[in-house]
Amino acid sequence: MEPLDIELEEGELELPAEPMHLNMGPSHPAMHGTVRMVLELSGETIVKSDVQIGYLHRGFEKMCERGTWTQVFPYVDRLNYVSPMLNNVGYALAVEKLCGLVVPERCQWYRMALGELARISDHLTCTGAIAMELGAFTPLLWYLKAREMVWDILEEETGARLTHSFGRIGGMERPPTPGFKDMCRAAVPKILQIIEEGEKLLLKNRIFLDRLENVAVISGADAVGLGWTGPCLRASGVAYDIRKNHPYLKYDEVDFEVPVGTCGDTLDRFLVRLGEMRQSMHIIEQVLDRMADDGPVNVDDPRFVLPPKGDVYTTIEATIQHFKLVMEGAKVPKGEVYSYTEGGNGELGYYLVSDGTGTPYRVRIRPPCFQIVGGLSKILEGRLLSDIVPAFGSLNMIGGECDH
Amino acid sequence: MSQVALDKLKARLGAGVLETHSEFGDDTAVVDAREWKAACKLLREDPALDFDMPVDLCGVDYPGREPRMEVVLHLYSTTRHHRIRLKTRVGDEDMDGAELDSLVSVWPGLNWLEREVYDMSGVRFRGHPDLRRILMYPEFEGHPLQKTYPAQRTQPLVEYRTEADAGRPLEKLPPFGPDEGMPFGRRALPHGEES
Repeated sequence: MEPLDIELEEGELELPAEPMHLNMGPSHPAMHGTVRMVLELSGETIVKSDVQIGYLHRGFEKMCERGTWTQVFPYVDRLNYVSPMLNNVGYALAVEKLCGLVVPERCQWYRMALGELARISDHLTCTGAIAMELGAFTPLLWYLKAREMVWDILEEETGARLTHSFGRIGGMERPPTPGFKDMCRAAVPKILQIIEEGEKLLLKNRIFLDRLENVAVISGADAVGLGWTGPCLRASGVAYDIRKNHPYLKYDEVDFEVPVGTCGDTLDRFLVRLGEMRQSMHIIEQVLDRMADDGPVNVDDPRFVLPPKGDVYTTIEATIQHFKLVMEGAKVPKGEVYSYTEGGNGELGYYLVSDGTGTPYRVRIRPPCFQIVGGLSKILEGRLLSDIVPAFGSLNMIGGECDH
Repeated sequence: MSQVALDKLKARLGAGVLETHSEFGDDTAVVDAREWKAACKLLREDPALDFDMPVDLCGVDYPGREPRMEVVLHLYSTTRHHRIRLKTRVGDEDMDGAELDSLVSVWPGLNWLEREVYDMSGVRFRGHPDLRRILMYPEFEGHPLQKTYPAQRTQPLVEYRTEADAGRPLEKLPPFGPDEGMPFGRRALPHGEES
């Protein structure tokens, strides 16, 4: 067969120079369910991107204004459904700041242990999902196996795998189970082993590294200006961790490091999360050593904490107290407060306004994801279409909290 | 911790600072809406304050008060490790005149937050590069976080929209429209016509 010998005018075969519009999401496997991106492409390069959120908006803040302060707990579970315990603790701490309560030491350690377990499950999901979206399914399955171990513990403690609703104003719903420490001590080395096995598959894989390295770079100053917090900010070299800079609970008494990235690319965000899981395990070990085996978990304050069930059924005082707390809600003093904790993705803030009644006047959540996804357009500019998947995955966007 | 910031605000703006307090350790300043941008610029640019991170912006509605809507900004400094809460009040009973200067030029991270406050509370930001709804859809009527918005209210169903029907460019492009994935040359044609 003779070769085709067509005389071509120069430039005739070039693709049209006009930018192309492309819709990515909201139902795209790599869009974590609920984000839509309208992209303006020139060839494969992203010229402009418009990130549209709101597909999972459920009116969280409006709903909170209709129940009691305690009835907010189930809602905050559903904001970040990968690490709901951190949200529970964050909200409880915010209300306690408003009420001037400090929970007993045992409860503080307990909250830390549960919170760090939740953080591990959060990071396992994120790191596993990046790998899966780039075609490496095995690490995700292994990491889900490890996450299942975390959730088994949380299920044993709270009765629910995901939506625990376990925090309470002035304590927790129930004290730690007798086997809590043993379960944690047994699970932590196994989880660590699985993480290391998964790491070996990924961090020596040229294809995986090429997809992450120098992709979607953001400088520390830019990340701060965008309001980024958490692992994404630390990957850019800003060592801002609320547990370290403004310790709450007992974080000032435990020893841990804050992993920091160097150049703020996708690989750094990936590595910072891996490092944080190890630190979380280190924290859990210290917490287990220092948490008392007995002692009160809830504050002894009948204005906020429900009486023991036995008393409710046998004494009139406890019945009335129970009735008033459930029907009217705990009366939270008038005022406004902003309380912040380190969530799985960064600063998880609650701005609460109380008018002195049993119902919140305003509950404002500051979800870390909202600001981080707000900066997505910026880091994608000039990148290739295929870079969206790892870059977006590394931000660990959680639709529930991003869309309120 | 940021008592310095409160003092500086008071010294610089004088009567522009309406009140300050430090309840629960959260230093708070309420400024006049006209001084909103000036106060923020001072907080951002003064090297001794250096509030470089916009943490949060939200609206709190007090229907009985005048001005009615309180806009609350939380700031943090990653270099000095201190925080401040800055508030201002805008809008009368019907939310007329609920306008503030946009701060996107001071902190780029406020872009989405200002859109959210506009969407949820109905405060408009002058000079915002892209002020449209962010959590709700463009046809949504009202602003859900105003206290006068009943929680049970239902919204009318939205018909499938095209730009031709609306007679204007839609804020959010319709999914799977006739020009899906086509270069701009095709988009310029009226809908329904083939070239």
